Amino acid sequence: METNIILAGVGGQGIVSISFVIDMAAIWQGLQFKQAEVHGMSQRGGAVSSHLRISDSTVHSDLVPKGAAQIVLSVEPVESLRYVDYLSPTGTLVAGTDPFVNIPDYPEVDKILDGIATLPSHTLVAADRLARQAGSGRAQNMVLLGAASPYLGLKIELLERGIREAFAAKGEKIQKTNIDAFHSGIAAGEAYRACLKAGMASRQARALVGRIVGGKLAPEAVPMWKDLFAQPVGAGILEVLTSQTAGKIQGSVEIPAAIAAADAGAREQLPALLFKA
Amino acid sequence: MERRPLLGDEAVALGAIHAGLSGAYSYPGTPATEIFEFVHAQVHKGPPATEGGVHARWSANEKVAFEEALGMSYAGRRALVSFKHVGLNVAADPFMNSSVSGITGGLVVASADDPGMHSSQNEQDSRYYAHFALIPAFEPCTGQEAYDMTREAFDVSERFGVPVMLRLVTRLAHSRSGVELSAPRAVNPLAPTKNPTAWTLLPSNARKGYALLTSKQAEILKWSESSRFNQLKLNPKGGRIGVIASGIGFNYFLENYHNGAEIPSYVKVGAYPIPRALVEKLIDAVDEVILLEDGYPFIEGMLSGLLGSPRGKKIHGRLDGTVPRTGELNPDIVRAALGMPAIERQTPPDVPVPNRPPRLCDGCPHIDSYTILRMVMDVFPQTRVFSDIGCYTLGAYPPYEAAHSCIDMGASISMAMGAAQAGMRPVVATIGDSTFMHSGMTPLAGAVDQNLPMTVVILDNATTAMTGGQDTMATGSRLLNVVKGLGVNPEHIHVLEAHRKHHEANLEIIKREVAYEGLSVIIPTRECVVTAKK
Repeated sequence: METNIILAGVGGQGIVSISFVIDMAAIWQGLQFKQAEVHGMSQRGGAVSSHLRISDSTVHSDLVPKGAAQIVLSVEPVESLRYVDYLSPTGTLVAGTDPFVNIPDYPEVDKILDGIATLPSHTLVAADRLARQAGSGRAQNMVLLGAASPYLGLKIELLERGIREAFAAKGEKIQKTNIDAFHSGIAAGEAYRACLKAGMASRQARALVGRIVGGKLAPEAVPMWKDLFAQPVGAGILEVLTSQTAGKIQGSVEIPAAIAAADAGAREQLPALLFKA
Repeated sequence: MERRPLLGDEAVALGAIHAGLSGAYSYPGTPATEIFEFVHAQVHKGPPATEGGVHARWSANEKVAFEEALGMSYAGRRALVSFKHVGLNVAADPFMNSSVSGITGGLVVASADDPGMHSSQNEQDSRYYAHFALIPAFEPCTGQEAYDMTREAFDVSERFGVPVMLRLVTRLAHSRSGVELSAPRAVNPLAPTKNPTAWTLLPSNARKGYALLTSKQAEILKWSESSRFNQLKLNPKGGRIGVIASGIGFNYFLENYHNGAEIPSYVKVGAYPIPRALVEKLIDAVDEVILLEDGYPFIEGMLSGLLGSPRGKKIHGRLDGTVPRTGELNPDIVRAALGMPAIERQTPPDVPVPNRPPRLCDGCPHIDSYTILRMVMDVFPQTRVFSDIGCYTLGAYPPYEAAHSCIDMGASISMAMGAAQAGMRPVVATIGDSTFMHSGMTPLAGAVDQNLPMTVVILDNATTAMTGGQDTMATGSRLLNVVKGLGVNPEHIHVLEAHRKHHEANLEIIKREVAYEGLSVIIPTRECVVTAKK
């Protein structure tokens, strides 16, 4: 077993905490690891990355060779694209959809996300919304760790223990926020991939899952949403979700069922139907 | 024994503590900062060095750090000096002389190189310094080796009576892995040297010291050739190609064979002087040798020397272009050098990915200072701002573009002096509080002596910010007293609060002082926003 991960983001987005949690979980699972961190000048709001390697045998290189990574895990969408050539042909990219704009030439976000969606395997999660729901926007990194967790080869309970250890000094409330963020990341990652698997477009899937409470979308609701997006009302739903900033959607089957039952032409009703508590 | 996840730097720190350390000395600098920080974190609640604990305080600069360590060694106790590679330039004077004087308590110098210049002005290779000073050096390739080698380095230092270097590179310094620890040993008792003459490098003594140092070289080479950190592995089937890999280059070498491919004959170098006997056996066994060194082509240059092919064998590496001449090694570069095809990989989608360079933090006091400097430069279009080493060097980037030089610690003031002497007007130097205390005081004394027409802006953010917020020797009123004490005319010293609300008043003062035909010092003061949050 060997898992190679490239962690990416902007200085200050919590890359170090993600790697700490993975390192600890790997140690507790009896695995070898090497992790090349970035310190110094680039931490001042610049692009940062960290190479993390976990294996049941000796890890030689501190850096992941290009083409040998199973996962690129990025808190920020543009940053994830810097490392695509590290991915093996079967590797996957997991990224947050929220741009960190501190440069004048930041590209249009949807172009970046659509670019990511052309990769053979990927997961996009609205980490900022989910982290805020969990209690703090700073927990975006743990949302992404959750979304990437199925690919890590590490036990979920050990990752949880690692999160508790990472935030032990900050008290129980912050620990809980980060654990909750982690779990919503697991759910949202699953939901996003289920939507794509059902045949939804990435734009539809990320707009929808980004609003689902706790990222938890009932499996039975997935084909219902897929059908809605395939109908004329789908364009209206996408428009509401991308133009209106506030509002959460329950992940159960009732919401898509209610929209399907309502008059398909009733565009004005959509916000009320979508964001029904 | 216990297995702990440690950075390479932390493994060095713990290795030193477990070797019976009495004093840790350093000045912050990436990628070495964490060595001292880890020692400090481990020992600062313990007893002082006089009672068997470890002294750990930042030094004013690397030269001072090295000399404090020498004093600790003189007293018979063990000392660790750590800094980044260019810090060794600052400490080069005591470093070079300490191998001539010899040492008493074990003295280990950890010098962390920065191939690829992640956070540095050059990628100089400290192994040349060890060679230059005729002392042994270690080059670890893993955290485990960093720990084990540091422990052993103290023994080697005491055995041969010379300082020993531990050469690190960024990638190892900042690579975390599991390290197995061994039992700590006691510190040396206080036992000052019985031979102060050796430490007194008057020419007559120095000649004896140098002769003694050179006479030890054969024995030191023998030690290196039998060190467990140097290994020769000849492939029994022979083969045309052999590899010499040092330090972390060895990891990248093995990485490319870890799928079970047959490993060619190799020498792994982890201890210096270069183990000549092992290299000789390898050269005799193969037709061509590939050198894998993260840094300068040190071994390669020694091997191929002036005339190229030792014993008619071809040498490949950075000098013949098999490995790029500059920059950090990585497994992909090494793979290509070994003649293997690239690994299949994904292609990035066709979306432009802009660069994201580091920048000053939101709310940083330097932003206010640079905004004003920018305005001054509009009033005096010829203004050149000589800058220095620190976060404020980022003022060279847009939108400020208000730093026009950055060479080494303290150079802003000395270069401004030379430019003023040449007739440039107006001349401004910017330097941080920590850098000023490191190397800015001496040139300022000279500028006072000559009353040169220049303005020195000491950006006092009360910390060493770039490396993570370490304490400064003098900030606030102490810093002001230092400047006054150096003899700057008090009428031309101004302490300003670096904040937007004082913008107009600050601009007026700076404009006036920049126009003044004499020496002035401006001290914009406001704490770094990052340390203020802590």
